[in-house]
Amino acid sequence: FRRSKIDEEMYEELEEILIGADVGVTTTMELTDRLRREVKERKIKDPQELKPLLSEILSDLLRGDEGDLKMNLAREGLSVLLFVGVNGVGKTTTIGKLAHKLKEEGKKPLLAAGDTFRAGAIEQLEIWGKRVGADVIKHQAGADPAAVIYDGIQAARSRRADVLLCDTAGRLQNKVNLMEELKKVHRVIRREVPDAPHEVLLVLDATTGQNAIQQAKTFREAVGVSGIILTKLDGTAKGGIVVAIRRELGIPIKWVGLGEKVEDLQPFDPDQFVHALFADSIREEEMRAE
Amino acid sequence: MAFEGLSERLQAVLGKLRGKGKVTEADVKAAMREVRLALLEADVNFKVVKEFIDRVRERAVGQEVLKSLTPGQQVIKVVNEELTRLMGGEQSKLTFSPSPPTVIMMVGLQGAGKTTTAGKLALHLKKQNRRPMLVAGDVYRPAAIRQLEVLGQQIDVPVFSLGDKESPVRIAEEGVKRAREEGCDTVLIDTAGRLHVDDAMMEELASIKESVNPREILLVVDAMTGQDAVNVAEQFHNRLGLTGVVLTKLDGDTRGGAALSVRAVTGCPIKFVGTGEKMNALEPFHPDRMASRILGM
Ligand SMILES: Nc1nc2c(ncn2[C@@H]2O[C@H](COP(=O)(O)OP(=O)(O)OP(=O)(O)O)[C@@H](O)[C@H]2O)c(=O)[nH]1
Ligand SMILES: Nc1nc2c(ncn2[C@@H]2O[C@H](COP(=O)(O)OP(=O)(O)OP(=O)(O)O)[C@@H](O)[C@H]2O)c(=O)[nH]1
Ligand SMILES: [K+]
Ligand SMILES: [Mg+2]
Ligand SMILES: [Mg+2]
Repeated sequence: FRRSKIDEEMYEELEEILIGADVGVTTTMELTDRLRREVKERKIKDPQELKPLLSEILSDLLRGDEGDLKMNLAREGLSVLLFVGVNGVGKTTTIGKLAHKLKEEGKKPLLAAGDTFRAGAIEQLEIWGKRVGADVIKHQAGADPAAVIYDGIQAARSRRADVLLCDTAGRLQNKVNLMEELKKVHRVIRREVPDAPHEVLLVLDATTGQNAIQQAKTFREAVGVSGIILTKLDGTAKGGIVVAIRRELGIPIKWVGLGEKVEDLQPFDPDQFVHALFADSIREEEMRAE
Repeated sequence: MAFEGLSERLQAVLGKLRGKGKVTEADVKAAMREVRLALLEADVNFKVVKEFIDRVRERAVGQEVLKSLTPGQQVIKVVNEELTRLMGGEQSKLTFSPSPPTVIMMVGLQGAGKTTTAGKLALHLKKQNRRPMLVAGDVYRPAAIRQLEVLGQQIDVPVFSLGDKESPVRIAEEGVKRAREEGCDTVLIDTAGRLHVDDAMMEELASIKESVNPREILLVVDAMTGQDAVNVAEQFHNRLGLTGVVLTKLDGDTRGGAALSVRAVTGCPIKFVGTGEKMNALEPFHPDRMASRILGM
């Protein structure tokens, strides 16, 4: 069955889709208010046009300006990428995947094992290094992460690597000491390489709810996040919180993780992302229609 | 008293009602709107929120509340009662097999905290004079076995592994056998993280369950999880019949509404919470504190 006119119930349904996708209440209300205004202004009557219009609003928001979604790399010489985020989101895995991508593009990546804290973290990165054919610079477990990164930079220079990917330990953003430790790593990178870090990438798990906003705020304040990598989008979670983050903080999403294998990393595609937000409801509608 | 902090917040929300000699349906509705918002902002699943609010509203506008001499107070009582019910009330402990070893299986999504929690639980059991053994059943994640071995060393608990070339089912079976031989009374099986929609991987867990008959199957859930927690919990529960939940990373500043969602859809008790990365950062779960946290105290 199909609705013949746009009514309040339709807006509520859209609100539920957005809230159910972790977009959050505040952003959801803003979006549907905006939708109502557009419907009025454009004199839209057909209920069928509502979802495409909301999709358009969302895509535009996520796309941002020209070039926003591109990775920033040095035109010449060494690029340094710093990976940050809370525990277990997929930082180390994503470094492996991205190193693979860079190799495919003919670049020479080097990995720095800046997580000296978590059990098995260094070995995990080493296995990824072997898998994709990239060297790993490491110290012993418990060593100072800033010293590892410093060595990583020197090694990258002497080995003429193009991109240094710096792993860091997972840390919850409310841990002041751990955030200070991260700032120190950031300072070393800034001091040693002009214009570096070229990207500070906040890795977010798509299953995360509203706390991701706080993560983005705090990490940005500490080390200036330049982009988001949204992992675990291969599950049923939609990762809608990045919409709220983009709206509130303006941070662009650059990559998405779609699995645990080397090739499971893709550039962020706003249209595809938005389409996935509504995919379940469209499927349900079709089933009802049959 | 349970829910003390919670009551305070609700008192504030419902304070306007309390002053009045009479509470109208509209008053209750306005108050419920605020409770709804607090729950949604804490990541409680929207369907769970809806049912909760409907129940409370229905009871709160009932005769015994509105006609009572202290209607505001009565509404607070209703909210408290319903939250307690949803949260599972009493604290719930691990259970042990009458014939050892007791087998405990850790399951959950990638990165939730299974391996870390397995280590923490082993230490917790050791402190209770039990003899735990850890079994390295994750053959997929790079260095997962190494991770468990390092943790085992830290807490001085034996770790059983057959490397990453054997099937997890066989590793589990052999691990239990070894525990029996060595007089270990509790076996904690670490498993690889997996998506609830990954059929083959979920089947693997079912096979492990089949072959070692665990006493406890604990779903490890990241406290920062959002709306999808219900899907995850439901599917793990349907497939495996969970006996409990461990909520990790509660040392963060998340409100942790996933706890309510998971509890609501599975009916399984939350048995422990993880409050840090170190091996001693494990605590029994207190429903009352959690409820207060979710509503934002
Ligand atoms: N399904 C799925 N799993 C992923 C994805 N990215 C990472 N994972 C898995 O998530 C788990 C955690 O990944 P890690 O790379 O160790 O995460 P991390 O952020 O480095 O973790 P810590 O260093 O402990 O903070 C592993 O089991 C990964 O295989 C993804 O895109 N999809
Ligand atoms: N702050 C904090 N970190 C935790 C807690 N529990 C686990 N962690 C961290 O979360 C990350 C993931 O933990 P793991 O134990 O590797 O998670 P897992 O579920 O075994 O991950 P996979 O095997 O990849 O699926 C690690 O960085 C842990 O140190 C906790 O209660 N608090
Ligand atoms: K997680
Ligand atoms: Mg890591
Ligand atoms: Mg693990």
